[in-house]
Amino acid sequence: MIRLAPLHIKLLRDLRRLWAQALAIALVMAAGVATLVLGVGATDALDRTREAYYEENRFADVFASATRAPEALLAEIEALDGVLDAEARIVRLALVNMPDMAEPGSLLLVSVPRAEGLNRLHLRQGRLPEAGRADEAVVSQDFAAAHGLLPGSDVQVLINGRKRQVTITGIAISPEYIYALGPGDMMPDPRRFGIAWMPHDSLAAAFDRQGAFDDLVLKLVPGASEPRVIARLDTLLEPYGGRGATTRKDQMSHAFLDAELRQLRGMSRVLPPIFLAVAAFLVNMTLWRLITLEREQIGLLKALGYGPWAIVRHYVGFVAAIAAIGIAIGWAAGAWMGAGLAGIYARFFDFPYLIFTQNPRPYAVAALVTLGAAVAGAVGAVRAVAWLPPAVAMSPPAPVRYRRLWGGALERRVRFRQSAVMTARHLLRWPVRTGGGVLGVAFAVAVLVGSLWSFGSIERMIDLTFTQTERQDATLVFAEARPHAALYAVRHMPGVLRAEPERVVSVRLSHGPAERRVGLAGVAEGGDLSRLLDPTGQPMALPDAGVVLSEALADLLTVRVGDEVVVEVLEGDRRVTRLPVSGLSQGYVGLGAAMPLSALNRMLGEGAMISAVRLTLDPAALPAFHAAVKDTPQAGFLSLKSLTLSRFRQTMAENITISTTVYLSLAAIIAFGVVYNFARISLSEQGRELASLRVLGFTRAEVAGILYGEIAVVVLLAQPLGWLIGTGFAVLVVRAFSSELYRVPLVIGPEVYAWASLVVIAAALASALLVRGRINTLDMVEVLKTRE
Amino acid sequence: MDAPVPIFRAHGLTKTYRSGTVEVQALRGVDFQAAAGEFIVILGPSGSGKSTFLNIIGGLDQATSGEAWFMDHELTRLSDAGLTRYRRDHVGFVFQFYNLVPSLTALENVRLVTEIARRPMSPREALAMVGLEDRVDHFPAELSGGEQQRVAIARAISKNPEVLLCDEPTGALDSATGVRVLEALMRVNEAIGATTLVITHNAAIKDLAHRVVRFANGGISGVEENTTRKSPAEVSW
Ligand SMILES: Nc1ncnc2c1ncn2[C@@H]1O[C@H](COP(=O)(O)OP(=O)(O)OP(=O)(O)O)[C@@H](O)[C@H]1O
Ligand SMILES: [Mg+2]
Repeated sequence: MIRLAPLHIKLLRDLRRLWAQALAIALVMAAGVATLVLGVGATDALDRTREAYYEENRFADVFASATRAPEALLAEIEALDGVLDAEARIVRLALVNMPDMAEPGSLLLVSVPRAEGLNRLHLRQGRLPEAGRADEAVVSQDFAAAHGLLPGSDVQVLINGRKRQVTITGIAISPEYIYALGPGDMMPDPRRFGIAWMPHDSLAAAFDRQGAFDDLVLKLVPGASEPRVIARLDTLLEPYGGRGATTRKDQMSHAFLDAELRQLRGMSRVLPPIFLAVAAFLVNMTLWRLITLEREQIGLLKALGYGPWAIVRHYVGFVAAIAAIGIAIGWAAGAWMGAGLAGIYARFFDFPYLIFTQNPRPYAVAALVTLGAAVAGAVGAVRAVAWLPPAVAMSPPAPVRYRRLWGGALERRVRFRQSAVMTARHLLRWPVRTGGGVLGVAFAVAVLVGSLWSFGSIERMIDLTFTQTERQDATLVFAEARPHAALYAVRHMPGVLRAEPERVVSVRLSHGPAERRVGLAGVAEGGDLSRLLDPTGQPMALPDAGVVLSEALADLLTVRVGDEVVVEVLEGDRRVTRLPVSGLSQGYVGLGAAMPLSALNRMLGEGAMISAVRLTLDPAALPAFHAAVKDTPQAGFLSLKSLTLSRFRQTMAENITISTTVYLSLAAIIAFGVVYNFARISLSEQGRELASLRVLGFTRAEVAGILYGEIAVVVLLAQPLGWLIGTGFAVLVVRAFSSELYRVPLVIGPEVYAWASLVVIAAALASALLVRGRINTLDMVEVLKTRE
Repeated sequence: MDAPVPIFRAHGLTKTYRSGTVEVQALRGVDFQAAAGEFIVILGPSGSGKSTFLNIIGGLDQATSGEAWFMDHELTRLSDAGLTRYRRDHVGFVFQFYNLVPSLTALENVRLVTEIARRPMSPREALAMVGLEDRVDHFPAELSGGEQQRVAIARAISKNPEVLLCDEPTGALDSATGVRVLEALMRVNEAIGATTLVITHNAAIKDLAHRVVRFANGGISGVEENTTRKSPAEVSW
């Protein structure tokens, strides 16, 4: 048995006596620790997993494509300064006819990497195709899973206009397609889009590219300058229809993972500080009351010879014990939620493994920060009393002085009930604490406003994108640009009600030092299926001259309407022109640039070409339409709006249920922690008065009403403040979430504020009810025996 | 006093406090009666059960056995809500430690009670009865102990209670202040006819009463009636 020092025994007793308050504070701390561990841990896990995966499978640094480059060029490219390795490939889009699916699907045909090559596959099942076999392929895991394909299964692929039976030899994942998106699609749909790796030679033969390549990936020497390598590479590829090399930043899969990481980092920066600030406030408020009650004991201890530091140690120890509980709960919750999040990633992204190591760093950081916040909260309260001379500490503190509200002016005019006056004066007597309580509850509201708004804004994004801008039922994307006449063939397909051509070319837009690679869309004049919205959300006509940029793109290029941008076409003969910015459009997906189709074709000087057709379809004729597309050799990908939308909603629904639960619990924990402690302290301070009121014949309900009135005032004042802070959070979140891939509109409808308030008020009510028992059992007789 | 109407009746009232294995018999069978309008002084050594008795007939505490009646209410059978109602409508309390609400002024402390009383007097009138008409806007912390006790009395009488129960109302006061407080109590007893029970350790106060009840060892050990009452000023402390 260890003998505990008297102060340690007191510490344990205090904890036991105040366990409910201590637990409420510990839970707030735990929320801070958990969000920090989760945020840092998940960011870390995603980061490290991706890094390890990239490393192991030699994910490339630079990506380029061309029309047709001779293989001999490869040696020259490999010899470039800074290039470590290069892999020449054929990459083509092909329609696939899956018997379990009415709609046509697409496979991106990619050369199987060389044995020691780049972007190596991680085989999950089976084997790689044998070199020279034109009828064997490895397919991406998600596509295989969506169709129940196994090694040995056959699929029918439309390769360069010819139907071919291809046998699946294996199932794999690749660092290049962790996030695999069909061309022009907005959500990954593994049913309709997958990757098929086939032997390079057979692909080259099928697409008439023997001894040549049309796609290239490079691995650079660590520390090599990307812009320099790209500049040289572009020069080398230019004669062969090079489309301008890009880095990982512009690689779709990589960029999406980056966006995800940004969001996670944003969360781990915003949430934990809120919880820790609230926890520090609660510690301060609770300790202040405890010390006020124990003032005489402290004086006695000091008279007995305990120094001020012993007093400080004691109370800081008390707080540290609470923090320890919070940290322990937070660690456990963080680890548990982290495992859950890892599961979500595993489902959403294709990783061969997930490195969710129990990296001690986030745990240690969370513990230290929490302990720091707790001690910071304790310091003010302890300092006030630890250095008081014993005699002063032991004498009762001066009576609390109250003042009339505004010199009594208001009270003279309006007659309040005296119980209301008590409530108001008590709240005003401790303005800092009242303010802290209001702010704490406001944070709970803010956490909800700052998260719940996203539902409304997703709906807005859906409406803008799927209803107002993209008005087609389907878009047929050609494998490569076709003459304008291809439109008529499509128009005559069964079920087509309306067809509008479109051409998208990749261009580099620049303005001063700012430049961006984007797809420049040529939109059919007089068309209705692809509509631009002006910044106020009204449909806008496409000006005849110049180019319309999305607001996001205009921001990046720092241009305004009327400015000129340099347009460098990255296809064909790579013309460079200057175009005036003729308008700005609203859009949340990608960086958009648009101009009339005829003007685009004039600019390219390749004659009337189109790369896609937007369609409205007769629902009754869908099967016939799908069948016709499957037989269209030029078709590369069919994107169907209703499928994209339902896929989008399904993914959102999964995430929303989880995130809503998390945010609701977090807000409830703050609201509960603040309100419960506030109520307990208020009760401790006014217990004597409330018991006296019971003696005077006030009912239990009336007496509870006085305390509840106080809580009600705090909670109600907190609502507008919480709405305001929450709106601020939402603005921050929008900034953190916005990437070049998508932006989020900030729409906060009244229902968001209403829900946030409702939840917080419910949590406040629940914690208020928890103190009801204590109000009911106020000891009247005891109060009469003692002087205050 | 002719044909006094009993306002309080108690039979065989006992109270046992139990803490762990220790039992304390605070009251061991008290029989008691008080007539309407009577001014009764209760004396007795410390621990003899005076406060316990007063708290039970004041509806603040429950007896262990026996019965206590206020007019036709059987207090010993009332629920907490019933007792609250009883205190609210019929009883005025004055305690040694005033028990004022520190955040309310003198006037507001009185108003606190008149707001919930059925037939209250005006709060200013109540304060005037205890001679505090010019301190109505002071907070308790700005009043002397005697003044605070007079506010407590004003608060107790402002509802025009049938009974006024006072537990050592002068216990914390010096003699001159104590005299003023007692004067206030007697004036109120006469003015509103409230049956008044005053617990005190000051035996001299017994001369002010109609009747003196002595407590000893958890029971009533003796009752004396005063044929002539003194005024507070005549009492020597
Ligand atoms: N809550 C309690 N728990 C246990 N014992 C109690 C309690 N309250 C009172 N007692 C005991 O009951 C007995 C009577 O107490 P009471 O307060 O009625 O005495 P009193 O006559 O008012 O004394 P004093 O003149 O000192 O106020 C005492 O022995 C006391 O210790
Ligand atoms: Mg007593």
